[in-house]
Amino acid sequence: MSGALGKDLLGLEHLSSDQIRLILDTAEPFKEISERAIKKVPTLRGSTIVNLFFEASTRTRVSFEFAQKRLSADTVNVAAAGSSVSKGETLVDTARNLEAMRIDMVVIRHGASGAAQFLAERIESNVINAGDGTHEHPTQGLLDMLTLRDHFKRLDGLKVCICGDVLHSRVARSNIWGLLKMGATVGVCGPRSLLPNAIDQFGVTVFEHIEDAIQWADALNILRLQLERMQGGYIPSLREYNRVFGVSSERLARAPKDLLILHPGPMNRGVEIDSDVADGPHSVILNQVTNGVAVRMAVLYLLSGGKPELAEAAKGGGGR
Amino acid sequence: MPDRQHIVLDARAMDRTLRRMADEIVELNEGTDDLIIVGIQRRGVQLAARIVSSINDRENVEVPSGALDITLYRDDLQTVGPRPVVGPTDLPWAIDGKHVVIVDDVLYTGRTIRAALDELADFGRPRRIALAVLIDRGGRELPIQPDVIGKTVDVGPGQRVDVLVKELDDRDAVIIAETE
Repeated sequence: MSGALGKDLLGLEHLSSDQIRLILDTAEPFKEISERAIKKVPTLRGSTIVNLFFEASTRTRVSFEFAQKRLSADTVNVAAAGSSVSKGETLVDTARNLEAMRIDMVVIRHGASGAAQFLAERIESNVINAGDGTHEHPTQGLLDMLTLRDHFKRLDGLKVCICGDVLHSRVARSNIWGLLKMGATVGVCGPRSLLPNAIDQFGVTVFEHIEDAIQWADALNILRLQLERMQGGYIPSLREYNRVFGVSSERLARAPKDLLILHPGPMNRGVEIDSDVADGPHSVILNQVTNGVAVRMAVLYLLSGGKPELAEAAKGGGGR
Repeated sequence: MPDRQHIVLDARAMDRTLRRMADEIVELNEGTDDLIIVGIQRRGVQLAARIVSSINDRENVEVPSGALDITLYRDDLQTVGPRPVVGPTDLPWAIDGKHVVIVDDVLYTGRTIRAALDELADFGRPRRIALAVLIDRGGRELPIQPDVIGKTVDVGPGQRVDVLVKELDDRDAVIIAETE
């Protein structure tokens, strides 16, 4: 069996607070491994993991790859362009072909919401969702929560405002569902055109003005404004967006306390976040990147191994 | 469910034993130069701390110490589930050329120590690694032997040795318990 998380990590919406806490607690000791001279433990030796990326990604893919390599797994990266995916092979055929080569896990990023779950229901390997459409990006939500917990030593009662394009953001959904489960209070702030119609059903506070969000929050998680949203007619212009919703040091100076600044990257400096905020003393944007590797190591570890047929054969061994 | 319990060491005997082990470690090392004491998570860490403070008092030195969690180096990770809890590893010293003494509570199969040796090798190349255990209960499955022993006990297959430390268990004791 696959332990307390089950076979797959598809999202945070259906995890319990205990499961989320297990992942965050497990990530703690994994941070230390990346500080060692030899950044590698033998834990996943012999495991084969495929990183199946149907959408461009540098940060997330590299982070997963570091996590896998630091656990001694063997990894293969498959990018949609240049694979048989571009020749019209279906998602399931691609995965089944990979599975026929005896893999253990698939990390998938896909433009369609629900792609990870679709795959998980059809293959035996563990599936980790590295972002599916506008649905979820669970490891990003987890690393954001780990970064918040590092700083505040708690999530319970924390006020976190997610700023920007919540409508199209899988990062926003994973954060909202995860943070609410852990007892945090969540706000969202962005143009009405970039908030989901059903935002009232998420259990979050909606702020129309970034100034109000800044007054209220302990931390801001500032989402990347997808530049193509401008062509989509969601916002009039980048300059206008920056003027109304951009997080600047002038705006932050009016807050009653210092706000912790998170951003899942990549940043549009001067659009959703000003450079002096991104590089300022309360920015933990690079801590998020560091924590991303630890969180992904924890998820890989928790989903791996535990093959019952091997346990039978090894009976009698073990102990101290 | 321990039906019958048998106390092997009470708090005072445990304290005496640890102080003797501290002396033996210094003797084995011919002093405290280059000595690093590393406790294995979990209870080896607390025992190592006692040994270190005993050495520091007696020799008027500050012996560096660390903690090692060997979970990620276990040889049965492919078979056990759910995933064992990983504890913190804290070894902020360069161990190259040093004399490392591993401290653990109970030596049984030797598999934990095998894992610890592999993990230490990822931190550097000590000049010598020695092993100090509070209890040697026999039953080795690997060719690993301790250099410093608190007490050797005869334990049957249906029995378990529990080392209790007051930091985690509210009292110091070594107990043999029956397991069903």
